[in-house]
Amino acid sequence: MKIEAPGLRPADHGWRKALPFVGPVVLFVVWDLVVRTGLVKAILLPLPGDTLLALVKGLAGGPLLKDFLFTVWRTVQAFLIAAIVGMPLGILLGSNERSYRSVEFLIDFFRSTPSSALIPLFLMIFGVSDVNKVAIAAFGAILIVVFNSAYGVINARKQRVMAARVMGASNWQIFRDVLFWESLQPSFVGLRSAVSMALVIVIVAEMFIGSDSGLGHRIIDSQQVMNVRDMYASILAAGALGYALNVLFLIIERRIVHWSGR
Amino acid sequence: MTEVLNPPVVPDVPVPPFKPGPAGTHITIRGLTKYFAGWPLYENFDLDIPKGRIVSVFGPNGCGKSTLINMIAGLVPIDSGEILFDGKSLKDTRIGYVFQNYREALFPWMRTIDNIAYPLKLAGQSKAEVDRRMAELVASFDVKFDLKRYPYELSGGQQQTASIMRALAPKPEVLFLDEPFSALDFEMTLFIREKLQEVFMQTGTTMLLVSHDLEEAVYLADQVLLLTKRPTRVAEILPYLDARPRTVDTLSEAGFIATKKRSLEIFQREVRR
Repeated sequence: MKIEAPGLRPADHGWRKALPFVGPVVLFVVWDLVVRTGLVKAILLPLPGDTLLALVKGLAGGPLLKDFLFTVWRTVQAFLIAAIVGMPLGILLGSNERSYRSVEFLIDFFRSTPSSALIPLFLMIFGVSDVNKVAIAAFGAILIVVFNSAYGVINARKQRVMAARVMGASNWQIFRDVLFWESLQPSFVGLRSAVSMALVIVIVAEMFIGSDSGLGHRIIDSQQVMNVRDMYASILAAGALGYALNVLFLIIERRIVHWSGR
Repeated sequence: MTEVLNPPVVPDVPVPPFKPGPAGTHITIRGLTKYFAGWPLYENFDLDIPKGRIVSVFGPNGCGKSTLINMIAGLVPIDSGEILFDGKSLKDTRIGYVFQNYREALFPWMRTIDNIAYPLKLAGQSKAEVDRRMAELVASFDVKFDLKRYPYELSGGQQQTASIMRALAPKPEVLFLDEPFSALDFEMTLFIREKLQEVFMQTGTTMLLVSHDLEEAVYLADQVLLLTKRPTRVAEILPYLDARPRTVDTLSEAGFIATKKRSLEIFQREVRR
Protein backbone atom coordinates (compact mmCIF):
# COMPACT_ATOMS: atom_id res chain seq x y z
CA MET A 1 0.00 0.00 0.00
CA LYS A 2 1.21 3.46 -0.86
CA ILE A 3 0.25 6.53 1.05
CA GLU A 4 1.02 9.80 -0.66
CA ALA A 5 1.82 12.66 1.66
CA PRO A 6 -0.10 15.69 0.47
CA GLY A 7 1.50 18.99 -0.36
CA LEU A 8 5.02 17.76 -0.95
CA ARG A 9 7.27 19.31 -3.51
CA PRO A 10 8.81 16.94 -6.08
CA ALA A 11 12.20 17.24 -4.38
CA ASP A 12 10.66 15.87 -1.19
CA HIS A 13 9.34 12.91 -3.16
CA GLY A 14 12.90 12.13 -4.20
CA TRP A 15 13.85 12.07 -0.53
CA ARG A 16 10.99 9.72 0.30
CA LYS A 17 12.27 7.21 -2.23
CA ALA A 18 15.65 7.29 -0.53
CA LEU A 19 14.23 6.58 2.94
CA PRO A 20 14.54 2.77 2.81
CA PHE A 21 18.30 3.10 2.24
CA VAL A 22 18.87 5.24 5.32
CA GLY A 23 18.88 2.31 7.76
CA PRO A 24 21.39 0.15 5.87
CA VAL A 25 23.72 3.10 5.22
CA VAL A 26 23.67 4.11 8.90
CA LEU A 27 24.37 0.51 9.92
CA PHE A 28 27.25 0.34 7.44
CA VAL A 29 28.79 3.59 8.72
CA VAL A 30 28.42 2.68 12.40
CA TRP A 31 29.85 -0.77 11.74
CA ASP A 32 32.77 0.74 9.90
CA LEU A 33 33.44 3.29 12.69
CA VAL A 34 33.36 0.82 15.59
CA VAL A 35 35.92 -1.37 13.84
CA ARG A 36 38.19 1.48 12.75
CA THR A 37 38.17 3.14 16.19
CA GLY A 38 38.95 -0.22 17.77
CA LEU A 39 35.77 -0.37 19.84
CA VAL A 40 35.33 -3.89 18.54
CA LYS A 41 38.41 -5.90 17.70
CA ALA A 42 38.86 -6.66 14.00
CA ILE A 43 39.38 -10.30 14.92
CA LEU A 44 35.71 -10.43 16.00
CA LEU A 45 34.24 -8.10 13.42
CA PRO A 46 35.83 -7.42 10.03
CA LEU A 47 35.34 -4.15 8.18
CA PRO A 48 31.98 -4.03 6.38
CA GLY A 49 33.67 -3.30 3.06
CA ASP A 50 35.84 -6.40 3.41
CA THR A 51 32.81 -8.47 4.35
CA LEU A 52 30.77 -7.30 1.39
CA LEU A 53 33.73 -7.95 -0.86
CA ALA A 54 34.01 -11.48 0.51
CA LEU A 55 30.27 -11.93 -0.02
CA VAL A 56 30.35 -10.76 -3.63
CA LYS A 57 33.50 -12.69 -4.45
CA GLY A 58 32.18 -15.80 -2.78
CA LEU A 59 28.86 -15.66 -4.57
CA ALA A 60 30.49 -14.89 -7.91
CA GLY A 61 31.66 -18.42 -8.44
CA GLY A 62 33.58 -18.85 -5.19
CA PRO A 63 33.05 -21.67 -2.67
CA LEU A 64 30.30 -19.61 -0.97
CA LEU A 65 28.17 -20.00 -4.10
CA LYS A 66 28.31 -23.78 -3.85
CA ASP A 67 27.16 -23.75 -0.23
CA PHE A 68 24.55 -21.13 -1.01
CA LEU A 69 23.08 -23.29 -3.76
CA PHE A 70 23.06 -26.36 -1.49
CA THR A 71 21.03 -24.46 1.07
CA VAL A 72 18.67 -23.11 -1.60
CA TRP A 73 18.13 -26.58 -3.02
CA ARG A 74 17.39 -28.13 0.39
CA THR A 75 15.03 -25.32 1.28
CA VAL A 76 13.22 -25.61 -2.04
CA GLN A 77 12.83 -29.37 -1.62
CA ALA A 78 11.49 -29.03 1.92
CA PHE A 79 9.16 -26.23 0.86
CA LEU A 80 7.80 -28.14 -2.13
CA ILE A 81 7.02 -31.16 0.02
CA ALA A 82 5.29 -28.91 2.54
CA ALA A 83 3.28 -27.09 -0.12
CA ILE A 84 2.29 -30.12 -2.19
CA VAL A 85 1.22 -32.17 0.81
CA GLY A 86 0.18 -29.39 3.17
CA MET A 87 -2.10 -27.24 1.04
CA PRO A 88 -4.47 -29.95 -0.17
CA LEU A 89 -4.43 -31.54 3.26
CA GLY A 90 -5.25 -28.23 4.94
CA ILE A 91 -8.03 -27.37 2.50
CA LEU A 92 -9.49 -30.85 2.91
CA LEU A 93 -9.34 -30.72 6.71
CA GLY A 94 -10.75 -27.19 6.71
CA SER A 95 -13.73 -28.08 4.57
CA ASN A 96 -14.71 -30.69 7.13
CA GLU A 97 -14.50 -28.81 10.39
CA ARG A 98 -15.12 -31.92 12.47
CA SER A 99 -12.06 -33.64 11.05
CA TYR A 100 -9.98 -30.51 11.61
CA ARG A 101 -11.09 -30.24 15.22
CA SER A 102 -10.04 -33.82 15.83
CA VAL A 103 -6.44 -33.18 14.71
CA GLU A 104 -6.26 -29.54 15.78
CA PHE A 105 -4.44 -30.32 19.02
CA LEU A 106 -1.76 -32.35 17.25
CA ILE A 107 -1.17 -29.64 14.68
CA ASP A 108 -1.03 -26.88 17.29
CA PHE A 109 1.20 -28.92 19.58
CA PHE A 110 3.80 -29.78 16.97
CA ARG A 111 3.54 -26.30 15.47
CA SER A 112 4.54 -24.97 18.89
CA THR A 113 7.34 -27.48 19.34
CA PRO A 114 10.64 -26.01 18.09
CA SER A 115 11.52 -28.24 15.17
CA SER A 116 15.18 -28.10 16.14
CA ALA A 117 14.20 -30.02 19.29
CA LEU A 118 13.24 -32.89 17.02
CA ILE A 119 16.60 -33.08 15.27
CA PRO A 120 17.85 -36.00 17.40
CA LEU A 121 14.61 -37.87 16.70
CA PHE A 122 14.99 -37.35 12.98
CA LEU A 123 18.63 -38.39 13.27
CA MET A 124 17.47 -41.74 14.61
CA ILE A 125 15.06 -42.21 11.73
CA PHE A 126 17.00 -40.86 8.76
CA GLY A 127 20.60 -40.97 9.96
CA VAL A 128 23.15 -38.29 9.15
CA SER A 129 21.98 -37.68 5.62
CA ASP A 130 20.77 -35.04 3.25
CA VAL A 131 17.29 -36.55 3.46
CA ASN A 132 17.29 -35.86 7.17
CA LYS A 133 17.77 -32.11 6.73
CA VAL A 134 15.05 -31.87 4.12
CA ALA A 135 12.71 -34.09 6.12
CA ILE A 136 12.88 -32.09 9.32
CA ALA A 137 12.54 -28.77 7.47
CA ALA A 138 9.55 -30.13 5.55
CA PHE A 139 8.00 -31.33 8.80
CA GLY A 140 8.27 -27.89 10.39
CA ALA A 141 6.96 -26.14 7.28
CA ILE A 142 4.10 -28.50 6.56
CA LEU A 143 2.30 -27.80 9.83
CA ILE A 144 2.27 -24.08 9.10
CA VAL A 145 0.82 -24.67 5.64
CA VAL A 146 -1.85 -27.08 6.91
CA PHE A 147 -2.87 -24.72 9.68
CA ASN A 148 -3.21 -21.66 7.45
CA SER A 149 -4.98 -23.41 4.57
CA ALA A 150 -7.43 -25.10 6.93
CA TYR A 151 -8.27 -21.82 8.65
CA GLY A 152 -8.62 -20.17 5.26
CA VAL A 153 -11.41 -22.58 4.41
CA ILE A 154 -12.99 -22.49 7.87
CA ASN A 155 -13.08 -18.68 7.89
CA ALA A 156 -14.32 -18.35 4.31
CA ARG A 157 -16.83 -15.53 4.04
CA LYS A 158 -20.08 -17.20 4.95
CA GLN A 159 -22.00 -14.89 2.67
CA ARG A 160 -20.13 -16.00 -0.44
CA VAL A 161 -20.90 -19.58 0.45
CA MET A 162 -24.54 -18.61 0.95
CA ALA A 163 -24.57 -16.76 -2.37
CA ALA A 164 -23.33 -19.87 -4.16
CA ARG A 165 -25.80 -22.08 -2.32
CA VAL A 166 -28.77 -19.88 -3.17
CA MET A 167 -27.73 -20.06 -6.82
CA GLY A 168 -28.07 -23.82 -6.57
CA ALA A 169 -24.41 -24.86 -6.21
CA SER A 170 -23.77 -28.36 -4.85
CA ASN A 171 -21.34 -28.94 -1.98
CA TRP A 172 -18.64 -29.89 -4.47
CA GLN A 173 -19.29 -26.80 -6.59
CA ILE A 174 -19.16 -24.60 -3.48
CA PHE A 175 -15.82 -26.19 -2.59
CA ARG A 176 -14.40 -25.76 -6.09
CA ASP A 177 -15.74 -22.28 -6.85
CA VAL A 178 -15.76 -20.60 -3.44
CA LEU A 179 -13.94 -22.34 -0.57
CA PHE A 180 -10.81 -23.11 -2.56
CA TRP A 181 -10.46 -19.50 -3.71
CA GLU A 182 -11.30 -18.08 -0.31
CA SER A 183 -8.51 -20.19 1.18
CA LEU A 184 -5.86 -18.96 -1.28
CA GLN A 185 -4.96 -15.77 0.53
CA PRO A 186 -4.41 -17.36 3.97
CA SER A 187 -2.70 -20.26 2.21
CA PHE A 188 -0.17 -17.86 0.76
CA VAL A 189 0.46 -16.40 4.19
CA GLY A 190 1.14 -19.98 5.27
CA LEU A 191 3.45 -20.67 2.31
CA ARG A 192 5.43 -17.54 3.01
CA SER A 193 5.94 -18.40 6.66
CA ALA A 194 6.66 -21.99 5.68
CA VAL A 195 9.50 -21.08 3.35
CA SER A 196 11.09 -18.94 6.10
CA MET A 197 10.69 -21.79 8.56
CA ALA A 198 12.20 -24.27 6.07
CA LEU A 199 15.22 -22.02 5.61
CA VAL A 200 15.75 -21.65 9.36
CA ILE A 201 15.62 -25.38 9.97
CA VAL A 202 17.82 -26.20 6.98
CA ILE A 203 20.50 -23.83 8.26
CA VAL A 204 20.30 -25.24 11.80
CA ALA A 205 20.41 -28.80 10.45
CA GLU A 206 23.43 -27.95 8.32
CA MET A 207 25.19 -26.69 11.41
CA PHE A 208 24.54 -29.62 13.66
CA ILE A 209 23.84 -32.68 11.57
CA GLY A 210 27.37 -33.49 10.39
CA SER A 211 27.13 -31.68 7.11
CA ASP A 212 29.87 -30.89 4.61
CA SER A 213 27.89 -28.36 2.59
CA GLY A 214 25.43 -25.55 2.92
CA LEU A 215 25.46 -22.08 4.48
CA GLY A 216 24.93 -23.42 8.00
CA HIS A 217 27.97 -25.68 7.65
CA ARG A 218 29.98 -22.81 6.24
CA ILE A 219 29.03 -20.42 9.03
CA ILE A 220 30.00 -22.80 11.81
CA ASP A 221 33.14 -23.99 10.02
CA SER A 222 34.51 -20.48 9.51
CA GLN A 223 33.67 -19.66 13.10
CA GLN A 224 35.71 -22.67 14.29
CA VAL A 225 38.79 -21.44 12.44
CA MET A 226 38.09 -17.78 13.30
CA ASN A 227 37.70 -16.84 9.64
CA VAL A 228 35.28 -14.08 10.65
CA ARG A 229 35.15 -12.39 7.28
CA ASP A 230 33.86 -15.54 5.68
CA MET A 231 31.50 -16.16 8.58
CA TYR A 232 29.87 -12.73 8.25
CA ALA A 233 29.71 -13.08 4.49
CA SER A 234 27.88 -16.38 4.90
CA ILE A 235 25.49 -14.87 7.45
CA LEU A 236 24.73 -12.02 5.07
CA ALA A 237 24.19 -14.55 2.28
CA ALA A 238 21.68 -16.42 4.45
CA GLY A 239 19.91 -13.17 5.27
CA ALA A 240 19.78 -12.16 1.63
CA LEU A 241 18.35 -15.56 0.76
CA GLY A 242 15.60 -15.29 3.36
CA TYR A 243 14.74 -11.77 2.31
CA ALA A 244 14.67 -12.66 -1.38
CA LEU A 245 12.39 -15.65 -0.76
CA ASN A 246 9.97 -13.47 1.17
CA VAL A 247 9.84 -10.82 -1.55
CA LEU A 248 9.46 -13.50 -4.22
CA PHE A 249 6.45 -14.95 -2.42
CA LEU A 250 4.88 -11.55 -1.93
CA ILE A 251 5.14 -10.91 -5.66
CA ILE A 252 3.67 -14.31 -6.55
CA GLU A 253 0.89 -13.79 -4.01
CA ARG A 254 -0.01 -10.40 -5.42
CA ARG A 255 -0.21 -11.94 -8.90
CA ILE A 256 -2.38 -14.90 -7.95
CA VAL A 257 -4.50 -13.48 -5.13
CA HIS A 258 -5.03 -10.22 -6.99
CA TRP A 259 -8.17 -9.38 -4.96
CA SER A 260 -6.42 -9.56 -1.61
CA GLY A 261 -7.04 -6.51 0.55
CA ARG A 262 -9.39 -4.87 -1.93
CA MET B 1 -24.49 -33.54 19.80
CA THR B 2 -25.84 -30.45 21.47
CA GLU B 3 -28.89 -31.05 23.56
CA VAL B 4 -31.80 -28.66 23.65
CA LEU B 5 -32.29 -27.83 27.29
CA ASN B 6 -35.67 -26.21 27.02
CA PRO B 7 -37.36 -27.76 24.02
CA PRO B 8 -40.35 -25.81 22.79
CA VAL B 9 -43.51 -27.32 24.17
CA VAL B 10 -45.60 -28.34 21.22
CA PRO B 11 -49.15 -29.17 22.20
CA ASP B 12 -50.40 -32.39 20.74
CA VAL B 13 -53.08 -30.97 18.49
CA PRO B 14 -54.07 -32.40 15.14
CA VAL B 15 -52.47 -30.64 12.18
CA PRO B 16 -55.01 -28.35 10.54
CA PRO B 17 -55.72 -29.17 6.91
CA PHE B 18 -53.70 -27.22 4.33
CA LYS B 19 -55.53 -24.07 3.26
CA PRO B 20 -54.43 -22.71 -0.09
CA GLY B 21 -54.09 -18.94 -0.49
CA PRO B 22 -56.30 -16.81 -2.73
CA ALA B 23 -56.02 -16.97 -6.52
CA GLY B 24 -52.78 -15.47 -7.78
CA THR B 25 -50.78 -16.62 -4.77
CA HIS B 26 -47.17 -17.46 -5.58
CA ILE B 27 -45.58 -18.33 -2.26
CA THR B 28 -47.67 -20.07 0.38
CA ILE B 29 -46.31 -20.16 3.94
CA ARG B 30 -48.15 -22.33 6.45
CA GLY B 31 -47.39 -23.01 10.10
CA LEU B 32 -43.87 -21.56 9.86
CA THR B 33 -42.12 -21.89 13.20
CA LYS B 34 -38.63 -20.72 14.06
CA TYR B 35 -37.02 -20.50 17.49
CA PHE B 36 -33.93 -18.48 18.30
CA ALA B 37 -32.11 -19.41 21.53
CA GLY B 38 -35.23 -21.00 22.93
CA TRP B 39 -37.50 -18.06 22.15
CA PRO B 40 -40.07 -18.07 19.36
CA LEU B 41 -39.27 -15.72 16.50
CA TYR B 42 -42.02 -17.08 14.29
CA GLU B 43 -44.73 -19.35 15.58
CA ASN B 44 -47.35 -20.89 13.36
CA PHE B 45 -46.88 -18.09 10.86
CA ASP B 46 -49.08 -18.07 7.75
CA LEU B 47 -48.57 -15.81 4.74
CA ASP B 48 -49.55 -15.68 1.07
CA ILE B 49 -47.29 -13.78 -1.30
CA PRO B 50 -48.91 -12.84 -4.60
CA LYS B 51 -47.37 -13.72 -7.96
CA GLY B 52 -45.87 -11.03 -10.14
CA ARG B 53 -45.92 -8.39 -7.43
CA ILE B 54 -43.33 -6.59 -5.36
CA VAL B 55 -43.87 -7.11 -1.64
CA SER B 56 -41.90 -4.88 0.73
CA VAL B 57 -41.27 -6.27 4.19
CA PHE B 58 -41.16 -3.65 6.93
CA GLY B 59 -41.21 -3.95 10.70
CA PRO B 60 -39.55 -3.19 14.03
CA ASN B 61 -35.89 -4.00 14.67
CA GLY B 62 -35.27 -7.62 15.49
CA CYS B 63 -38.64 -8.86 14.23
CA GLY B 64 -36.82 -11.02 11.71
CA LYS B 65 -37.49 -9.34 8.36
CA SER B 66 -34.32 -10.72 6.85
CA THR B 67 -34.78 -14.03 8.65
CA LEU B 68 -38.20 -14.35 7.02
CA ILE B 69 -36.91 -13.98 3.48
CA ASN B 70 -33.85 -16.07 4.30
CA MET B 71 -36.10 -18.88 5.48
CA ILE B 72 -38.18 -18.63 2.31
CA ALA B 73 -34.98 -18.61 0.23
CA GLY B 74 -33.67 -21.63 2.13
CA LEU B 75 -30.65 -19.84 3.61
CA VAL B 76 -31.89 -20.25 7.19
CA PRO B 77 -33.39 -23.60 8.19
CA ILE B 78 -36.91 -23.57 9.61
CA ASP B 79 -37.99 -25.54 12.67
CA SER B 80 -41.31 -26.58 11.21
CA GLY B 81 -43.89 -25.50 8.69
CA GLU B 82 -44.26 -25.52 4.97
CA ILE B 83 -43.21 -23.10 2.23
CA LEU B 84 -44.43 -23.75 -1.30
CA PHE B 85 -43.80 -21.89 -4.55
CA ASP B 86 -46.77 -22.43 -6.88
CA GLY B 87 -47.22 -25.71 -5.04
CA LYS B 88 -43.56 -26.74 -5.61
CA SER B 89 -40.81 -26.98 -3.06
CA LEU B 90 -37.78 -24.67 -3.08
CA LYS B 91 -35.71 -27.43 -4.67
CA ASP B 92 -37.76 -27.18 -7.87
CA THR B 93 -37.84 -23.40 -7.91
CA ARG B 94 -35.38 -20.98 -9.49
CA ILE B 95 -34.68 -18.09 -7.16
CA GLY B 96 -32.40 -15.07 -7.18
CA TYR B 97 -31.02 -13.34 -4.12
CA VAL B 98 -29.45 -9.89 -3.76
CA PHE B 99 -27.45 -9.34 -0.59
CA GLN B 100 -27.00 -6.05 1.21
CA ASN B 101 -23.25 -6.48 1.30
CA TYR B 102 -22.34 -6.77 -2.38
CA ARG B 103 -18.62 -6.86 -1.52
CA GLU B 104 -19.00 -10.20 0.16
CA ALA B 105 -21.58 -11.53 -2.25
CA LEU B 106 -19.63 -11.27 -5.51
CA PHE B 107 -16.62 -13.50 -6.15
CA PRO B 108 -13.54 -11.26 -6.49
CA TRP B 109 -11.54 -14.01 -8.23
CA MET B 110 -13.91 -13.93 -11.20
CA ARG B 111 -14.35 -11.10 -13.64
CA THR B 112 -17.66 -9.30 -13.24
CA ILE B 113 -19.05 -10.89 -16.37
CA ASP B 114 -18.20 -14.37 -15.09
CA ASN B 115 -19.84 -13.53 -11.77
CA ILE B 116 -23.05 -12.67 -13.57
CA ALA B 117 -22.85 -15.78 -15.75
CA TYR B 118 -22.02 -18.04 -12.81
CA PRO B 119 -25.58 -19.25 -12.03
CA LEU B 120 -26.06 -20.06 -15.73
CA LYS B 121 -22.87 -22.14 -15.74
CA LEU B 122 -24.06 -23.89 -12.59
CA ALA B 123 -27.26 -24.76 -14.43
CA GLY B 124 -25.13 -26.35 -17.15
CA GLN B 125 -26.03 -23.97 -19.96
CA SER B 126 -23.93 -24.01 -23.13
CA LYS B 127 -21.63 -21.14 -23.96
CA ALA B 128 -23.99 -19.95 -26.70
CA GLU B 129 -26.93 -19.88 -24.30
CA VAL B 130 -24.90 -18.06 -21.67
CA ASP B 131 -23.67 -15.50 -24.20
CA ARG B 132 -27.19 -14.86 -25.46
CA ARG B 133 -28.55 -14.33 -21.96
CA MET B 134 -25.65 -12.06 -21.03
CA ALA B 135 -26.24 -9.90 -24.11
CA GLU B 136 -29.92 -9.64 -23.12
CA LEU B 137 -29.05 -8.62 -19.57
CA VAL B 138 -26.47 -6.07 -20.65
CA ALA B 139 -29.01 -4.52 -23.02
CA SER B 140 -31.85 -4.40 -20.51
CA PHE B 141 -29.63 -2.94 -17.78
CA ASP B 142 -28.04 -0.50 -20.20
CA VAL B 143 -24.67 -1.27 -18.63
CA LYS B 144 -22.18 1.56 -19.05
CA PHE B 145 -19.21 0.05 -17.22
CA ASP B 146 -16.70 -2.58 -18.30
CA LEU B 147 -17.91 -6.03 -17.25
CA LYS B 148 -14.47 -7.49 -18.00
CA ARG B 149 -13.18 -5.79 -14.87
CA TYR B 150 -12.97 -7.48 -11.51
CA PRO B 151 -15.73 -6.56 -9.04
CA TYR B 152 -13.33 -4.72 -6.72
CA GLU B 153 -12.43 -2.40 -9.58
CA LEU B 154 -16.03 -1.17 -9.79
CA SER B 155 -17.90 1.35 -7.68
CA GLY B 156 -20.36 0.18 -5.03
CA GLY B 157 -23.34 0.95 -7.23
CA GLN B 158 -21.82 -0.89 -10.18
CA GLN B 159 -21.11 -3.91 -7.97
CA GLN B 160 -24.67 -3.98 -6.70
CA THR B 161 -25.94 -3.62 -10.29
CA ALA B 162 -23.81 -6.65 -11.14
CA SER B 163 -25.24 -8.55 -8.15
CA ILE B 164 -28.76 -7.85 -9.33
CA MET B 165 -27.85 -8.93 -12.87
CA ARG B 166 -26.39 -12.14 -11.45
CA ALA B 167 -29.56 -12.79 -9.46
CA LEU B 168 -31.71 -12.18 -12.53
CA ALA B 169 -29.54 -14.10 -15.01
CA PRO B 170 -31.28 -17.48 -14.62
CA LYS B 171 -34.71 -15.82 -14.97
CA PRO B 172 -35.74 -16.57 -11.40
CA GLU B 173 -39.36 -17.11 -10.45
CA VAL B 174 -38.78 -15.13 -7.25
CA LEU B 175 -36.20 -12.44 -6.56
CA PHE B 176 -35.22 -11.80 -2.93
CA LEU B 177 -33.65 -8.47 -2.03
CA ASP B 178 -32.24 -8.02 1.47
CA GLU B 179 -31.76 -4.29 2.02
CA PRO B 180 -30.11 -3.95 -1.38
CA PHE B 181 -29.69 -0.19 -1.12
CA SER B 182 -28.44 0.31 2.42
CA ALA B 183 -24.76 0.12 1.52
CA LEU B 184 -25.13 2.56 -1.37
CA ASP B 185 -24.98 6.33 -1.62
CA PHE B 186 -28.16 8.25 -2.46
CA GLU B 187 -27.38 8.70 -6.14
CA MET B 188 -26.80 4.98 -6.68
CA THR B 189 -29.86 4.11 -4.61
CA LEU B 190 -32.06 6.16 -6.94
CA PHE B 191 -30.41 4.65 -10.00
CA ILE B 192 -30.76 1.04 -8.90
CA ARG B 193 -34.29 1.62 -7.64
CA GLU B 194 -35.28 2.73 -11.15
CA LYS B 195 -33.45 -0.23 -12.69
CA LEU B 196 -35.34 -2.60 -10.43
CA GLN B 197 -38.64 -1.04 -11.35
CA GLU B 198 -37.77 -1.29 -15.05
CA VAL B 199 -36.80 -4.92 -14.72
CA PHE B 200 -39.98 -5.62 -12.82
CA MET B 201 -42.10 -3.96 -15.52
CA GLN B 202 -40.30 -5.98 -18.22
CA THR B 203 -40.42 -9.35 -16.51
CA GLY B 204 -43.09 -9.27 -13.81
CA THR B 205 -40.86 -11.32 -11.53
CA THR B 206 -42.23 -11.79 -8.02
CA MET B 207 -40.01 -9.77 -5.69
CA LEU B 208 -39.62 -9.79 -1.92
CA LEU B 209 -37.83 -6.71 -0.67
CA VAL B 210 -36.60 -6.11 2.85
CA SER B 211 -36.05 -2.44 3.52
CA HIS B 212 -35.42 -0.21 6.49
CA ASP B 213 -36.40 2.89 4.54
CA LEU B 214 -40.17 3.32 4.54
CA GLU B 215 -40.24 5.66 1.56
CA GLU B 216 -38.30 3.21 -0.55
CA ALA B 217 -40.37 0.29 0.71
CA VAL B 218 -43.64 1.93 -0.31
CA TYR B 219 -42.27 3.42 -3.53
CA LEU B 220 -41.39 0.04 -5.02
CA ALA B 221 -44.18 -2.03 -3.49
CA ASP B 222 -47.48 -3.39 -4.66
CA GLN B 223 -47.99 -4.56 -1.10
CA VAL B 224 -46.36 -3.41 2.11
CA LEU B 225 -46.10 -6.29 4.54
CA LEU B 226 -45.91 -4.87 8.05
CA LEU B 227 -44.69 -7.15 10.80
CA THR B 228 -45.09 -7.02 14.59
CA LYS B 229 -42.44 -7.37 17.27
CA ARG B 230 -41.45 -10.93 18.10
CA PRO B 231 -43.00 -13.42 18.24
CA THR B 232 -43.58 -12.02 14.81
CA ARG B 233 -47.00 -11.93 13.19
CA VAL B 234 -48.42 -10.03 10.26
CA ALA B 235 -49.51 -6.64 11.58
CA GLU B 236 -51.13 -5.63 8.33
CA ILE B 237 -50.76 -5.93 4.60
CA LEU B 238 -51.27 -2.60 2.86
CA PRO B 239 -51.91 -2.58 -0.86
CA TYR B 240 -50.36 0.26 -2.85
CA LEU B 241 -51.70 0.28 -6.37
CA ASP B 242 -50.40 3.43 -8.08
CA ALA B 243 -49.52 2.88 -11.71
CA ARG B 244 -45.96 2.22 -12.85
CA PRO B 245 -43.55 3.59 -13.79
CA ARG B 246 -43.52 5.52 -10.60
CA THR B 247 -41.35 8.62 -10.62
CA VAL B 248 -40.18 11.38 -8.33
CA ASP B 249 -43.64 12.91 -8.76
CA THR B 250 -45.18 9.77 -7.27
CA LEU B 251 -43.55 10.68 -3.98
CA SER B 252 -45.80 13.72 -3.62
CA GLU B 253 -49.05 12.10 -4.80
CA ALA B 254 -51.91 11.59 -2.39
CA GLY B 255 -51.99 7.78 -2.70
CA PHE B 256 -48.29 7.46 -1.90
CA ILE B 257 -48.43 9.84 1.03
CA ALA B 258 -51.50 8.13 2.47
CA THR B 259 -49.93 4.66 2.22
CA LYS B 260 -46.70 5.85 3.75
CA LYS B 261 -48.56 7.60 6.58
CA ARG B 262 -50.70 4.54 7.27
CA SER B 263 -47.60 2.29 7.26
CA LEU B 264 -45.88 4.58 9.69
CA GLU B 265 -48.91 4.58 12.01
CA ILE B 266 -49.01 0.80 12.06
CA PHE B 267 -45.27 0.62 12.53
CA GLN B 268 -45.34 2.99 15.50
CA ARG B 269 -48.29 1.16 17.03
CA GLU B 270 -46.35 -2.09 16.80
CA VAL B 271 -43.13 -0.63 18.16
CA ARG B 272 -44.94 0.76 21.22
CA ARG B 273 -46.98 -2.33 21.89
